[in-house]
Amino acid sequence: MLELNILLVFIIIAALIAIEAKDLLSSVVAVGAAGLGLCMTFIVLKAPDVAITQLVVETLSLIILIRATLRMDLPFSTSGRWLLNSTIVAFFIGMFMFVVSKSLSELPPFGYPIMRVASTYLREGFIQTGAANMVSAIVLDYRALDTLCEATALFTAVMGVLAIVRRIGKKKSFQAAGESDE
Amino acid sequence: MSKEHDAGMSLIVRTVARLTVGFILLYGIYIFSHGHLSPGGGFAGGVIIALAFINIMLAYGKDMALAKLPRPVLSFFENLGALLFLSIALLGFTGGYFFLNFIGKGEPYRLFSAGIIPLCNLAIGLKVGAGVFAIFIAFVLLRAGRGSKL
Repeated sequence: MLELNILLVFIIIAALIAIEAKDLLSSVVAVGAAGLGLCMTFIVLKAPDVAITQLVVETLSLIILIRATLRMDLPFSTSGRWLLNSTIVAFFIGMFMFVVSKSLSELPPFGYPIMRVASTYLREGFIQTGAANMVSAIVLDYRALDTLCEATALFTAVMGVLAIVRRIGKKKSFQAAGESDE
Repeated sequence: MSKEHDAGMSLIVRTVARLTVGFILLYGIYIFSHGHLSPGGGFAGGVIIALAFINIMLAYGKDMALAKLPRPVLSFFENLGALLFLSIALLGFTGGYFFLNFIGKGEPYRLFSAGIIPLCNLAIGLKVGAGVFAIFIAFVLLRAGRGSKL
């Protein structure tokens, strides 16, 4: 568990740098470092499927963040009611910590699930589906409806992005305002 | 990330991208076609395929990438993936219920085994690859200039 703790400390440090960095590019790179630490954590926990997915999605989101959003004028609001905001944030973090500590103490120890579903899958999954990779067997056979909904969610996301950034059908005055910005 | 990068990057980047993009594409295809045998699957393989085309786009500019993979083709693959996945699910009704594994399981540890699972991986790979690349194009075109058509 030592390497896990080291990785967790690394992720926390990278996240703090990502928040505190003044430069937007440094912040994005720190987010990527945190994602890489998360990927290595998944490898230590013996979940290579999740690690591969985390790695490629992290790379993709880093490219999108750098290439597509870095030069945009993003509004930053740091002024305002500092004391009230800090108090509210501290209150909600305290409440979250209280609930988490109550609920996590009820959980079974790490690696010992409550339900028998997982052990049944591990025992009979290979015979029932014929797939050697048990993650694929669960995702695409036992829980295929979940995967269908996930694919629908991605489809909706693509449609939403294309609908927001499309050019056809926008109002003329809006377009003229956008072009005069250039 | 200045204005001249819209047309592509330097000669070194272009050469390396030209040499490696085929291997990246091949690796993505390997990841999703062997999803039922080794770690990986449709989603990861699809994102790697999209990253290959994003590499072309970063190195050569958006015109080259859109010439390699025009937007109608992109829409076609996205819709093909979604419809293929749904039709595999619906074909399960021939044997009784939704998402029934209606193809024979075959010999374990072979490429053509496990019934519908490789087909589902193929469908998800097509869909995710096309969809993620479409999102990236949309973001880049949004940034690159509001005059560009989408």
